[in-house]
Amino acid sequence: MNRIRGFVEKAGWARIIIGMLLLSLFIAAPSVGVRVDQSITDVIARFGMNGIMVLGMIPMVQTGCGLNFGLPLGIIAGLLGATISIELGLTGIAGFAGAIGLAAPFALLFGWAYGKLLNRVKGGEMMIATYVGFSSVSFMCMMWMLLPYRSPKMIWAYGGSGLRTTVSLEGFWIHILDNFLAIRIGGNFLFPTGMILFFVFMAWIMWAFFHTKTGTAMTAVGSNPDYARAAGINIDKMRSISVIMSTVYGTLGILVYQQSFGFIQLYNAPFFMALPAVAAILIGGASVNKANIMNVVIGTILFQGLLTMTPSVINAAIHSDLSEVVRIIVSDGMIVYALTRVTRKSR
Amino acid sequence: MTKKTGFKDTISQIFVGNTVPIMFIVLIIFAIPLSGFSSGYLIQEMVTRVGRDSFLVLSLLLPIMAGMGLNFGMVLGAMSGQIGIILVTNWGVTGVGGLFLTMALATPLAALLGWMAGIVLNRAKGREMVTSLMLGYFMNGVYQLVVLYFMGKIISIKNPVLVLSRGYGIRNAVDLKGIRQSLDKLLLLKIGDISVPLATFIFIALLCLFIWWFGRTKLGHDMRAVGQDMGVAEDAGIKVEHTRIIAVILSTILACYGQIIYLQNIGTLNTYNGADQTAVFAAAALLIGGASVVKASIPNVFIGVILFHMMFVVSPMAGKTLMGSAMIGEYFRVFISYGVIALALALYVWKHLKERERARRSLRGAQEP
Repeated sequence: MNRIRGFVEKAGWARIIIGMLLLSLFIAAPSVGVRVDQSITDVIARFGMNGIMVLGMIPMVQTGCGLNFGLPLGIIAGLLGATISIELGLTGIAGFAGAIGLAAPFALLFGWAYGKLLNRVKGGEMMIATYVGFSSVSFMCMMWMLLPYRSPKMIWAYGGSGLRTTVSLEGFWIHILDNFLAIRIGGNFLFPTGMILFFVFMAWIMWAFFHTKTGTAMTAVGSNPDYARAAGINIDKMRSISVIMSTVYGTLGILVYQQSFGFIQLYNAPFFMALPAVAAILIGGASVNKANIMNVVIGTILFQGLLTMTPSVINAAIHSDLSEVVRIIVSDGMIVYALTRVTRKSR
Repeated sequence: MTKKTGFKDTISQIFVGNTVPIMFIVLIIFAIPLSGFSSGYLIQEMVTRVGRDSFLVLSLLLPIMAGMGLNFGMVLGAMSGQIGIILVTNWGVTGVGGLFLTMALATPLAALLGWMAGIVLNRAKGREMVTSLMLGYFMNGVYQLVVLYFMGKIISIKNPVLVLSRGYGIRNAVDLKGIRQSLDKLLLLKIGDISVPLATFIFIALLCLFIWWFGRTKLGHDMRAVGQDMGVAEDAGIKVEHTRIIAVILSTILACYGQIIYLQNIGTLNTYNGADQTAVFAAAALLIGGASVVKASIPNVFIGVILFHMMFVVSPMAGKTLMGSAMIGEYFRVFISYGVIALALALYVWKHLKERERARRSLRGAQEP
């Protein structure tokens, strides 16, 4: 009994309930005619697509900047890299690498400026980050219309200027990571080895970084700012580094997402991309000021699993499309729950 | 501290305090000639929009007084109002009677949701705003579940004007023939070419009076004390959590009435995409009026509504003249709404930290000799 109670306490009720729900959906799947192998393939693919953006939550949470609701900034850098890469006509590996290379300066620049801003508004980071994200997305909506892109693959066919709302990656770098060493079993199961390897690699970098001197200092800043100051750590610098890291991970994350999804989504698409990432890491057991890689892995699998399974199983069972509503209730409910769970530590 | 830095501080304080309204006035002065609208048109638009939107913005005042920041949870009130409107439209009650029935029906729901929001926000002290924002998103999901799946199945809605052809769920856009402009047209005053919806303005004036009066009651004083310092208020024997819950309940109920007034003016219910945006626009308007997260007054509301909506009206046309595309203007005003909230929040926190720093410095200065 004590062991059960210990487990419940450690895992948290929210995680257990969502885990149970997911499990029951998998059990119910065959009886309503949904293929389990197909579902597992979908869950793995969506884990790979979203995992790196969720990883990007860790640095900012660890240095006490809160959840990165400003993820759209990193996403915008990624979109810039991707569109410029296509504009230059780069394809295949060169296209994907080019997108990363071209996005990197933007990511560093945005992250640096965003970090500067957040250092000036300590204590109000999350709210301001949300609105910095929103306003930069709407600012870029104007830019996508005005920037002098010329590639006929991207601009509206009529009018001859302004980017389309979605740009296909067909013929550029669609599935470039997914298909790398991909394992196919039967007609329905596919393991996107390259994408998962990339996630593991990025997670390893994150893990290794938090074991360096700078990484430990960053954790100290988040868990005890007074101690960190006394130890001579430059708090603002550590916070800046964490914000830049989070932004860069957001940038890489969206590029990985795009190559698997097959499209670049512009204009209003990045608006609500931060919420699923935030919800995923929270479901994984992270709190507003503590997160690790296990939280990311568990949370992304649970959350994306739920998102994949609910529509297919529920649609097949009761013939109505509840998926969008379930997504909103689960992800935003989880965020509200996490925000109310921990009382703010006195500063 | 020398005199010179003191002077510079005062200047920067004045500038920082009013950056947002100043910026907007400048922006609008440039945009009005570009849009090419006549002054008569603009005045009519402003009168209509002040009548339509100020009630919603006024609903934000009480939580700010209680130190809870911008109550993005006001969308809960807006949703209650919409549910009231759906029910009344279903029963076919029309006119001002229908409007007041809507309010009577929606009030208990808004109070219940407000009470719940208050409890949630009490558990998230220090980050009420982001929590209320997320709570709004969450409740939007619940609202969609109720309106899109329960209505017609569990809750009896029969009117074919409302129900989707599949037999349950409410249509995306509902024509509110019954109550359209019923309050606005109740007492319509014509001044030259401009028509003024007098009844709506009387309603708004009554609310302003209520807020003014409320600030002078015992509860109002308590609320302000809680807003100043929760610890001190607690020591003074004020029930802090109770007071905060009341502030949120009142705000939610007022937002509910605000949404009903808004919808009777618009005349169409945008069932799924309307409510979640109300808080953003209301908050942006209030901040543009020169309010901050801790201090907002009734004049802020009206200045803000006028400036914000002036920009809203002129920017698409100005965008068309300037860039050759009205879409740019559309994006621009969305950018401004979000940008101004980000800017006002950042300026406020920054100012707050600077003041604390200044206080610490002067304390150190006093101890030195």
